[in-house]
Amino acid sequence: MEKLLEWVDARFPLTKVWKEHLAEYYAPKNFNFWYYFGSLAMLVLVIQIVTGIFLTMHYKPDVNLAFASVEYIMRDVPWGWLIRYMHSTGASAFFIVVYLHMFRALLYGSHRGPRELVWILGAVIFVALMAEAFMGYLLPWGNMSYWGAQVIINLFDAIPFVGPALSEWIRGDFVVSDATLNRFFAFHVIAVPLVLVMLVFLHIVALHKVGSNNPDGIEIKAHKGPDGKPLDGIPFHPYYTVKDIVGVVVFLMLYAAVIFWAPEMGGWFLEHDNFVPANILQTPPEIVPLWYFTPFYSILRACTSDYMIYLAIFLAVIASLTAVRLRGLLAKGAVLGGTALVIVGLFTLEAKLWGVVAMGASIVILFFLPWLDQSPVKSIRYKGPIYKTALAVFAVAFVVLGYVGTKPPEGLYKALAQIGTILYFAFFAFMPWYTRIDRTKPVPERVT
Amino acid sequence: MKKTLVLMVMALLPALATAGGGEGVKLDPVSIDLNDKVSLQRGARIFVNYCLSCHSAGYMRYNRMARDLEIPEHIVKDEMLFAADKIGDLMKAVMPREDAKDWFGVAPPDLTLVARSRGPEWIYTYMRGFYLDDSTPSGWNNVVFQNVAMPHVLYEWQGLQRAKFEEVDGVKTFAGFELVKAGTKTPEEYDRLMRDLTNFFVYLGEPAKLVRYRLGWWVLAFLAVFFVVAYLLKKEYWKDVH
Amino acid sequence: MSTDGVDKQRRRFLIGLTSGVGAVGVAFAATPFVLSMLPSARARAAGAPVEVDISKLEPGQLLTVEWRGKPVWVLRRTPAMLATLPKLAGDLADPNSENAQQPPYVKGVERAIQPEYFVAIGLCTHLGCSPEQKLEAGKASGLGDDWPGGFFCPCHGSKFDLAGRVWKNVPAPTNLVIPPHAYLSDTQIIIGKDPEGGQKTAQAGHRPTGVQTDGGNA
Repeated sequence: MEKLLEWVDARFPLTKVWKEHLAEYYAPKNFNFWYYFGSLAMLVLVIQIVTGIFLTMHYKPDVNLAFASVEYIMRDVPWGWLIRYMHSTGASAFFIVVYLHMFRALLYGSHRGPRELVWILGAVIFVALMAEAFMGYLLPWGNMSYWGAQVIINLFDAIPFVGPALSEWIRGDFVVSDATLNRFFAFHVIAVPLVLVMLVFLHIVALHKVGSNNPDGIEIKAHKGPDGKPLDGIPFHPYYTVKDIVGVVVFLMLYAAVIFWAPEMGGWFLEHDNFVPANILQTPPEIVPLWYFTPFYSILRACTSDYMIYLAIFLAVIASLTAVRLRGLLAKGAVLGGTALVIVGLFTLEAKLWGVVAMGASIVILFFLPWLDQSPVKSIRYKGPIYKTALAVFAVAFVVLGYVGTKPPEGLYKALAQIGTILYFAFFAFMPWYTRIDRTKPVPERVT
Repeated sequence: MKKTLVLMVMALLPALATAGGGEGVKLDPVSIDLNDKVSLQRGARIFVNYCLSCHSAGYMRYNRMARDLEIPEHIVKDEMLFAADKIGDLMKAVMPREDAKDWFGVAPPDLTLVARSRGPEWIYTYMRGFYLDDSTPSGWNNVVFQNVAMPHVLYEWQGLQRAKFEEVDGVKTFAGFELVKAGTKTPEEYDRLMRDLTNFFVYLGEPAKLVRYRLGWWVLAFLAVFFVVAYLLKKEYWKDVH
Repeated sequence: MSTDGVDKQRRRFLIGLTSGVGAVGVAFAATPFVLSMLPSARARAAGAPVEVDISKLEPGQLLTVEWRGKPVWVLRRTPAMLATLPKLAGDLADPNSENAQQPPYVKGVERAIQPEYFVAIGLCTHLGCSPEQKLEAGKASGLGDDWPGGFFCPCHGSKFDLAGRVWKNVPAPTNLVIPPHAYLSDTQIIIGKDPEGGQKTAQAGHRPTGVQTDGGNA
């Protein structure tokens, strides 16, 4: 065995990689609950790929056959029902895990330097994941699959000049049809999974280059022992491999409980309307995307014409504050002028367009987070009451946005969506200011 | 040109959207028990004898139903196999879809998944919610499904009933039935039979339900054992870390 | 962090235990995936046994049905046809059907349950073409005066007799395959199922076929 290893090592950096990324990758010793979700996300990715491969053995990407092929899997394929439920539950599990994983970053400042690229790669993974889930949902060709896809692709129509042509190009037809189904199948089964796997690899490489953050936000590399290893670090293997196994088992217990006892989750994971085949002549009473998209769906629908005034005020405030901060008349002018133009657009262009823009902006703004957070400390443990309040408000707003996204956009629900949208953007937009004026606590030298 | 056509069709959509579920009609609770094989068998018999002529259960095979419901195959062959040739065939309706569309205005939908899309309470209330109505082509209407094209297939069992409506805050609300002519079954018997039929629909929608609850316990039990073992391992190694 | 006073034995034990339980878990988890690749209920329905009504079959007439995507011949042999069979041993590669091309309950030179009815898969054992029927003895079949009647494969010239036995010196190596089959009654053969409990002779009346062998789904 020793000889075999030598032979391989002379030709492939096996032991080197093992050491650098596992046995001698020193991670902070104070990882807590919030640190399970990275490895869990990787586990769910593998589960989705494996179950996906086996589903593809039986699924038919044709509008006349797709719905029936899913029922074929549920009934005629031995254990097909289990594989299907693993995949549908896995999709929801993926987003639960990923949202918690992202929240960890907001808690402990994992998006801050030198980890900006880790965060940005993560944001790209998030976008790819949303695309993957969106396209996957069309495949069963249920009534909600069809109408959900129809509504979301039609959004592209709102883009000036190129909109309608773009929608047609995405669909491959004038309406969502067989052409759309087939190409979404190709993307969902091979193109986006390949991209996801590659991005996850890059995400981990970027992380390992700079080393992991921790709940205290301290850089453990600042204090090394005589052996050159961080004093507050422990080798990932065996300590975190062994700990993550426990995390995996707990996750699997929750995952199994859902699969075997509540795979529909009351309509949250498998929508009732999707047990009816796609019917181009009959829209479901409410078109609701799956729960993980609902916060962004709320932001989209919040932008009605009566909302524009609030957006205008919001933008004006941000622009003014930014202009005060900037130096040089040109920069100030550009910001104020640009914002003025946008505000004019808010009232002259269709509100629907601004809904699309807002929804896009709510995701794009994530990419800027590393530079918006200008607190002298990384971790919430040492930040002041302003950030703690802001994060709590953001989290609540996100959940509320998610909930109202499942309801008709009227009355109280509409109001909550509109307030939630402002709060969501405010968390990010005002961050450069409130993180600077926040009263922080002294950060210890060593981890606690 | 095609785009205009598409837009016109889409403009018609609100008119064509079905009004599933009447205004404010409460759905009655129904007790579903998939372990009650006798109930499922009774429901299967009702479905095959009264529904299968118009409605397909096109994703279910006869032999699967026979095996799951413990109905001997020769009984299925002798008493249930009039819409198909072999016991391994799918349960398709007798009536051709195009003809059904001509006669009723809309093709009777496939019912395999109705319990998953509408829910058992809806089915139970629907099957007991037909009433006489001269204003419709069939002479029947239904409290849960306004102006449904389906006539009351089981009127001989339930009897004939009319619906009473009253004005509540200016809205016409359903206020109960009155029996015009008794059927061959008492209301309790009819309710029990409809419960059997609904029970069957729940099975039909997801045969895997018969096994997945039980299997879940085994999986969780195994994972619980694995948890203990993995946790002991973790604790042992983490003794090193202070 | 310190690794002094480490109980190596306990660690080895716990690693072993976790790996063992984990391996069992992996085996459990892999099983549904592997099983999902077995023939589905749809495949088994399509490949289900086929019932053939032979009540209208005339002597000398051949009926073809499809079973599992293959043509199956049911030939009602005349006494003259049956008489030719014992005489051909010298011309045949496997006159006593020593090769297992037929179920054990198919006996003798006739290679049938009931000698009068010949049931075989109509595919040449060389490369799978479907042989032509050359049932008439003598010149009429175009295969020479001595032709006893049988089947001729046009693809590469293999010849089979009226019991599907292959001739010597032809490309096909073995006799025609006889599928599993049974008599449900005097007028009904079922192809794709073995008879229950040993060799069957024709029985009057309809018998229940019992549980179909199409397996189950969880």
